[in-house]
This record gives sequence, structure tokens and C-alpha cells, in this order.
Amino acid sequence: MTHKNAIEAKNVVKAFGQGDTAVRALDDVSVEIREGEFFTLLGPSGCGKTTLLRLIAGFEMPTDGVILLDGQDITYLPPNKRPVNTVFQSYALFPHLTVAQNISFGLEMLGKPSAEIKSRTAQMLALVKLEAMANRKTSQLSGGQQQRVALARALAPEPKVLLLDEPLSALDLKLRQAMQIELKRLQVETGITFVFVTHDQEEALTMSDRIGVMSNGKLQQVGTAKEIYTRPRNRFVASFIGETNFLSATAEGGKVRLASGDVVDFETAIKGDVTLTIRPEQLRLGAASEAGAIAATISNLVYFGTDTHVHLELADRTELVARVQSPATGDAGLEKGAKVGVRFAPGALAIVGD
Amino acid sequence: MPPLQMSPAEDAQIKQSARNGWLLSAPALFVLAIAAVGPLLIILIYSFLEGGTHGNVVWNFSTEGWQSILWTKDIFTDSFVLADAHLSIFWRSVKLSLLTTIITFLVGFPTAWFIATRPPKARALWLFLITIPFWTNLLIRTYAINEVIRAEGVMNTFLIWIGVISEPLKLIYTDTAIFIGMAYVYLPLMVLPLFAAIDRFDMRLLEAGYDLYASRWLILRRIILPITKPGIIAGSILVFVPSLGAYVTPRVLGGGKQMMIGNLIELQFGQGKNWPLGAALSLTLLLIVTLALLYYVKVANTEKAHG
Repeated sequence: MTHKNAIEAKNVVKAFGQGDTAVRALDDVSVEIREGEFFTLLGPSGCGKTTLLRLIAGFEMPTDGVILLDGQDITYLPPNKRPVNTVFQSYALFPHLTVAQNISFGLEMLGKPSAEIKSRTAQMLALVKLEAMANRKTSQLSGGQQQRVALARALAPEPKVLLLDEPLSALDLKLRQAMQIELKRLQVETGITFVFVTHDQEEALTMSDRIGVMSNGKLQQVGTAKEIYTRPRNRFVASFIGETNFLSATAEGGKVRLASGDVVDFETAIKGDVTLTIRPEQLRLGAASEAGAIAATISNLVYFGTDTHVHLELADRTELVARVQSPATGDAGLEKGAKVGVRFAPGALAIVGD
Repeated sequence: MPPLQMSPAEDAQIKQSARNGWLLSAPALFVLAIAAVGPLLIILIYSFLEGGTHGNVVWNFSTEGWQSILWTKDIFTDSFVLADAHLSIFWRSVKLSLLTTIITFLVGFPTAWFIATRPPKARALWLFLITIPFWTNLLIRTYAINEVIRAEGVMNTFLIWIGVISEPLKLIYTDTAIFIGMAYVYLPLMVLPLFAAIDRFDMRLLEAGYDLYASRWLILRRIILPITKPGIIAGSILVFVPSLGAYVTPRVLGGGKQMMIGNLIELQFGQGKNWPLGAALSLTLLLIVTLALLYYVKVANTEKAHG
């Protein structure tokens, strides 16, 4: 299946400052964002994700590299010439205009006929369910409503790509979860390519078609939520998305020998020292006497409601965390200091690079 | 714990002290009565009295002071003719004040923008520099402008020396000289309220406008100017009102020939020995300022209502 790319960044470098003190916010980043997809740039603060977004919006020019929109070079095009709109983290709504005037601003600047502006604005107000607020000043709205105005304002000119810079970070948890569903609905309804920037992995996992994980100005891995969660390419991706366990081991063809001395079946072409990763929910606990199970001691139990985190210690003091679903009684029948047997769910073990 | 319910006595006491609260503003009211309302009343009364021969007033009711604003008695025919000298002075005052307001805005806005976008430390320095002229007496500053623009002054000498002109520019004692002087004197009064407005302006709105297809010009017209309008209104009033009543600047730079309303009023109370006319002129000036302000504020607010 071939995909048409909405945005293509090729070997983009962005350095701030000069000479030795220059900081590379983006270090040779190449990424292809497909038409009509919900693409998320995920990473800790300072990883360069917002810089990449600002380069696509045109607020900054790259030090090196090219940015294509629909195959056309837009690297040095000013923001008002790009069919790309942004939802800002601070919303940046115009305080002197009403909700409707905010939404129609972009259309007016494009010189659209007033009849079209009117109908399009009404359509946008309906899309974000703010018809009743059309003539209010934006300062009279709640945070969630302001957020929806910012969305409607950016969507009104029907951009080829919509950029969202951590738009949900100012909202409280309940509202944030509602807006996540709302955002996904808007993206599906409008069919516009969304590029979403966030440091919140849960946000990224629930909304995105594909995720680009960034750290230190580099793109670490691009893939679907499942690919990134189950087959993280390196230690950073594995630990940034969800919780995970790392195990040092030696691959010996068809199986791996853990540092604790236990041997586990694992198909890999690699031989020698490797780092393995396995998610806490992929560990199975059983009786210590079970054949083929890895012997471990429970060092701690932490109750989380839906499940319980069981901290384990292997023979060589390697620490693992298992997540066990809490039974109805709330008591998993496990005790601190007890000996248990640990098994890995089939196919859950993966090798990660450093 | 004290009871939450107040006793009727306490309640009455609180109500009483709330009623007497206005007494706190008594000192201010007293000063206003002595310094503003009183003199204004005297002027109002004088404007309806007969002028004496020695520059005093005679206690007879007369509207001559008000009439002579617009009409002069022709000494040969005893008919009344239009006092075109007065009208041209009124016109010059309004024209020069408007021009001063416009030029101080055009120069002051970029200046205020520049200062507001500096880092905090540099900003304090620039604001300090803007206020330095206030430390010097107005008369001295105005004579300094005189020194710059007079025929053998700094500017003409320099321009002749570099060969741009061969004859000195005739600037001193013209409307242009008054205009330059007033623009210089009142510029800080425009810059400071503009700075306050721009300082509050959220610069992220510029990116939002730029992102929504607005050119730089449209960002200025549709976003920056409407949002900083309170500062523009304040600055315009602070410049226009004192410009209209300016006395020192037109006196020194207009040389007595190019009078403004302030000079005309002074003339009537001084050499002219016509106090009723002077009083009537003062009240006319007050009326013009009030009407101009009302109109300006109304226009500014209608625009706001229409976005």
C-alpha cells in the first residue's frame, strides 16, 4: 500500500545560538507524515518536538534540511503563505474579538466572500458545539470552551495540516479525557492531517494513528502505538512509553541465558550480550516449584486498584515488576517475602538497543 | 468563639460608618472646590461682566465678552464684522494640536513597541531616557528647540555646511516651528501610555495572526492596534488637551505673531485689558476640549462595539 505524504521533513537540523555554544534542538530529523493521519510527536520537554512543529508552521527556519508539504518545498515560506494552521498551547485567542469573529479571522484574511465566511463559521461553531457562545468574548469562556474555539479557528480555513502544540496540557484530567475523544472525532470527521505534540504517553497511545518518539533532538522511533509499545527500538523508547523491565542476557541461538543463570527460549539471529525488555503485565506468577519457571522472591506489593504491582527479585538480585490483576476480594493471595515462579508470556520478550 | 450574629447595636454602628465613609474624601473635595470649581466660577462670572478701562471688570451684566469672540466692532462704521483674527487663532490651535497628536502617535508607537520588546533591564533604561526631558524646565527646553531651528541655529548651519541647502530654512516663528516644539515636548506623554498598553499585549497573538494568513500590515491593523487602543486613546488625550491650551511653546517658537488660544487669552488679560473676552475665550477652550473628548471617546467606543 502506498501512502501520500502530507508532510515530509528531510534531514532537518535546527541549531540555536552560534559556534561552540550552539544547541542542536533538532539533529538530522527525517520523518514522513501521511495524508489524513493523526500523527503524534511524543517526547519529554526539550526533546525538539515543539521546534519541529514550529518549523512546519513556518515560525522558525531550519538551519539545514528541507520540509515538504504535499511534495512541495515550503522550507522558507512564511506562515501566512502555508495552508497549515496551529492550535497553540496558550490558545492565543484574540481577546478583542467574539468567538465567531475569532473563528472567521483566517477566512477573512484569505479574502473569502462574506457569504462563505458566514456559513463556514456557523458550520465550525456547530462542529465544536459552541453555537450558543458565538457572540461572547473569549474571556467569558471556560478553559475547555476556549480550547474548542482555538480548534474551530484553526480548522475553519480547511488547512492541509493541523498542528497542535500540547493543546490539552492546561485542562484538568476529566476535561482532558473528553477532549481526547473530541479531537479524534474532529480528525476523523474533517479528514485533515493532524500533527499533535505531547509529552503525555497516554494521550499519544489513545489518539494517534502513528507516533514519532523524540529525545535529544532526534527521532527515536516511528510506528503505530502497538509497534512502539510491543517492539520498542531502544531503551529510551521502552522506558518512556509505559513501564517496563530490563534484563541483561546472553543470546545462545534459540534461547537466552539471563544474568540470573536461568535459560529462556527465545528465537533470535543475534548472538552474544543483549538487553531484553518485557512489560510488567506480561509476567505470569505461579508456584515456585513449577517446572521451567524462574525462581523469584516477592520484595514488595503495591496495590493500584485495578491491579497490583508485584516487585520481584531474581537469584542475582535483578529486580522485576509484575502487574497482576487484582481479584474481586482485592487480595492477590501474595505475600511479601514469598517464593514464586515467574514465566514470560509467549512472544512478549523483546531485544532493545541502547 | 465569638457569635456570628451581630448585635443590633454593632449592626447600626457599621451602617453608620458606611454612611459617613464619604467624609474620608473631604480633603480632596475641599481642594477641588478651592482649586477647580472656585476659579472656574469666577471666570464664568467675569465673562458676563463689562470690561473696565484698566483691565478690571465693572459689575454690570454684559454679553459683550462672548460676542467679541466672533465679532469686532468696526470703529469707522460702527457695524460688526467677523473677528477673523480670532477664528484663525482657533483654527491654528486645533490644527496644530491634531497634527501634534498624529505625529507623536506615529513616532511614539514604534518607540513604545521598541521599548516594550527589550529585555527588562534595557527597558528600564529606555524608559528612564524617555522621562529625562521632564527634569528640565519647559521654557529652557523650548529655547533649546529655538536654538536648533533658528536661522543661524545648529540645524541650518549644519545643513549649509554639508551643502544640502544654500540659504537657511525659514522655520523659526512659523506654524511648523510651533508644531516641532509641541511634538518634542509632548512625545513622552504619548510614549508612556502606549508602552503600558504594548507591555500588556500578548506577543503570541502575532504568531496566531501570522498563522491565520494575516500579512504584517493586517496583523498591525486587525490585532495590534485594536488591542492597544486604550493606550492610544490615553496618549492622544494626554497630548491633544495640553497642546490645545499650549502657551510657552507658541510664545517662544511662534514669536508672538503665530498665536494659539493660550496666547490670545493671556493677551486679553494682559495688554488687551479685556477680561470679559479673556474669560469667555477660556471657557470656549474648555468647551472645545470637552466636546472633542466626548466625540473621541464615543467614536472609539462605537468602533469597539463593531469589533
